[in-house]
Amino acid sequence: MDKVVKTLREAIQLAGVKDGSRISFHHHLRNGDYVLNMVMDEIASMGYKDISVNASSLFDCHLPLADHIRSGVVTELITDYMSGGIGAQISEGILEKPVQFRTHGGRPADIIKGVTPIDVAFIAAPTADTMGNMTGKIGKSACGSLGYAFADAMCAKKVVVITDNLVPHPLAMRSIDETYVDYVVAVDAIGNPAGIVSGTTKITRDPVGLVMAQTAANVIQASGLLKDGFSFQTGAGGATLAAAQFLKGIMLKEGIKGSFGCGGITGYMVDMLNEGCFQSLIDVQCFDLKAVESIRTNPNHTEVSAMHYASPDAKSAAVDSLDVVLLGATEIDTDFNVNVHTNSSGKIMGGSGGHSDTAAGAKLAMIIAPLSRARLPIVTDHVFCKSTPGSTIDVLVTQKGVAVNPARPELAARLKEGGIKVVDIFELKEAAEKLCGMPKPLVKGDRVLADIIYRDGTLLDRIYNVR
Amino acid sequence: MRRSMLFLPGNTPNMILSGDCLGADAIILDLEDAVAPDQKDAARVLVRNAIKYLQFPGVEKIIRINSLDTPYWQKDLDEMVPLKPELIMTPKTSCAADVLEFDAYISALEDKLGFERNTVKLLPLIETALGVENAYAIASASKRVAAIFLGAEDLSADLRCKRTKEGKEILYARGRMVMAARAANVDVYDTPFTDVNDDEGIRVDAEFAKGLGFTGKASISPRHVGVINEVFSPTQKDIDYAYEVMEAIRIGKEQGKGAVSLHGKMIDAPIVARAQQTIDMAVALGLGREEA
Repeated sequence: MDKVVKTLREAIQLAGVKDGSRISFHHHLRNGDYVLNMVMDEIASMGYKDISVNASSLFDCHLPLADHIRSGVVTELITDYMSGGIGAQISEGILEKPVQFRTHGGRPADIIKGVTPIDVAFIAAPTADTMGNMTGKIGKSACGSLGYAFADAMCAKKVVVITDNLVPHPLAMRSIDETYVDYVVAVDAIGNPAGIVSGTTKITRDPVGLVMAQTAANVIQASGLLKDGFSFQTGAGGATLAAAQFLKGIMLKEGIKGSFGCGGITGYMVDMLNEGCFQSLIDVQCFDLKAVESIRTNPNHTEVSAMHYASPDAKSAAVDSLDVVLLGATEIDTDFNVNVHTNSSGKIMGGSGGHSDTAAGAKLAMIIAPLSRARLPIVTDHVFCKSTPGSTIDVLVTQKGVAVNPARPELAARLKEGGIKVVDIFELKEAAEKLCGMPKPLVKGDRVLADIIYRDGTLLDRIYNVR
Repeated sequence: MRRSMLFLPGNTPNMILSGDCLGADAIILDLEDAVAPDQKDAARVLVRNAIKYLQFPGVEKIIRINSLDTPYWQKDLDEMVPLKPELIMTPKTSCAADVLEFDAYISALEDKLGFERNTVKLLPLIETALGVENAYAIASASKRVAAIFLGAEDLSADLRCKRTKEGKEILYARGRMVMAARAANVDVYDTPFTDVNDDEGIRVDAEFAKGLGFTGKASISPRHVGVINEVFSPTQKDIDYAYEVMEAIRIGKEQGKGAVSLHGKMIDAPIVARAQQTIDMAVALGLGREEA
């Protein structure tokens, strides 16, 4: 017996896709993914309509999705993140129903609870065997961890694995096993390796970014959390990566042995593991080739599911044990609410991803952002939309000082003791406004483009069109 | 202390906002080359607001105004002099008469504003062949001149030669500038190294300038600031030696000795003067010893 079917079309038929089905995709192939478009094109050519797409993230390689929305093939989108190109299309109002934005932890929680049941999960696998055992660690399209696909595999009514490296059963190095899989389809390519992972993730050389990164590392040191057992997450953005690099310097100098590094993993976090800064890496997603190589070869670099990473319903998730997380923001308001969904024009160009999950879990959630971008102040009275509640953000690090959430007076005191320049967030707002001026506020229209669903399932905010 | 001076275009709020966070001892807020003619007014407003509201604690403010052959320089001075920047950089200064023309206009403004005369100091930017030849006359033209500054990009165009990383084409100008400045007892600053991605090149260039006697060096990229500061700061070895010199002099005086030697070498007045300069700088950088 094997589960291999000859064509994608056959798999779609066998899996029972019909009008109104909800289908799902993971985003481990990032901006190199071919699978979502391949499946949607096939479904469209088979004449199905009213499809709900639940994709853990959407990138600009998925722009053909906009045509499927316009033609009525796709009528619902559920995702955790959407990059600027496709976000601009959604912001034009092509989709009648509001997009449902969840978090990386909230998505699997709602799949498991049955809030967003999946009819058919289409899982891109860089390597799979004929019975559906699969991994992202090997193959020409290797992406490392398959963390975001676990809930889909476990809970979808039918699971179709799509691979460009079909191997004989049994595949020893497997992430998700055959017990969940119904059909396996071999294709020429599941993605473009250049877009899947970057060759190297580079630290910023922007001097302002480096100033903020050094300050962020100093804040972590002054917070008192940087001691043996320390756990840490950072994104792949230039300044946050640079902060990790500075932090590594401090840890090595002081001989601090951390417990784990978490989240999307880059080569810099791998270096920290290899140099003894952490006991292990908890990896839901690999960002570069070094991370992929490490997860394949180093037993202390472990793959975890999105539930294990960040689910609010898990008995415990990695984010709950985090000491410090470094995060970005497109806007932050004086109540520390953060927007990572829209740009300065109110157009969708992001999403929470793990932002609000890690902010909620970490003991110290830090935002790193310059005071202005393209002449626009970053600190505002009210964010255009709330992606992460200010109650979960502890510190804003800018190039001109560090603002501490007034709800954390003990932290502010510790940072001042540690020589950190602590300033009022209103001062930071004023400094930027005095120089850049007050931007004309965006006027919200009456059309809801997206709902921002917090990790606990409540509606945190809505994204409206801009008049 | 001005080891490093960082040029910031006067029409870029993002850059100016970070002016005091980039490690430079001084920032040069530029109203001249970095600003297009139709942006001059906007840049004046931005620079004025930046100095007024941000103040840039711990960083000297230098404003590069437009040159005498433009219709902008008087308006620049009208707007900038009331802000009392530490220095006004005057581009394309080619002779003492240029300095005196700026001087007269600023004096009138100072009188009008009720400022003491010579409150606002000048940093003539020398970037023509004529300017280099007149460097001493420029440096000693007015009490307002606090330092002179070599601009090698325009100079090499005037010399009709190619500007190179090695800088052989400006060797004479560099030597002449240092000589003129020291003769006039003012400071002297070196031209920026323009390859922002060449981390090794900036170090070599800064070390060469320091070796010639320049007080400090300008930069067009914040990335170069750290290297420039490092090169123009005394090393721990320099500082230790300077304290040894001063201690040997103190002991010599106590013992009533006319001539003092250290490690078998005579310590004469120039050595003592250099040692004192090193200690002064070390103290300014927080590297001095308490007993000093």
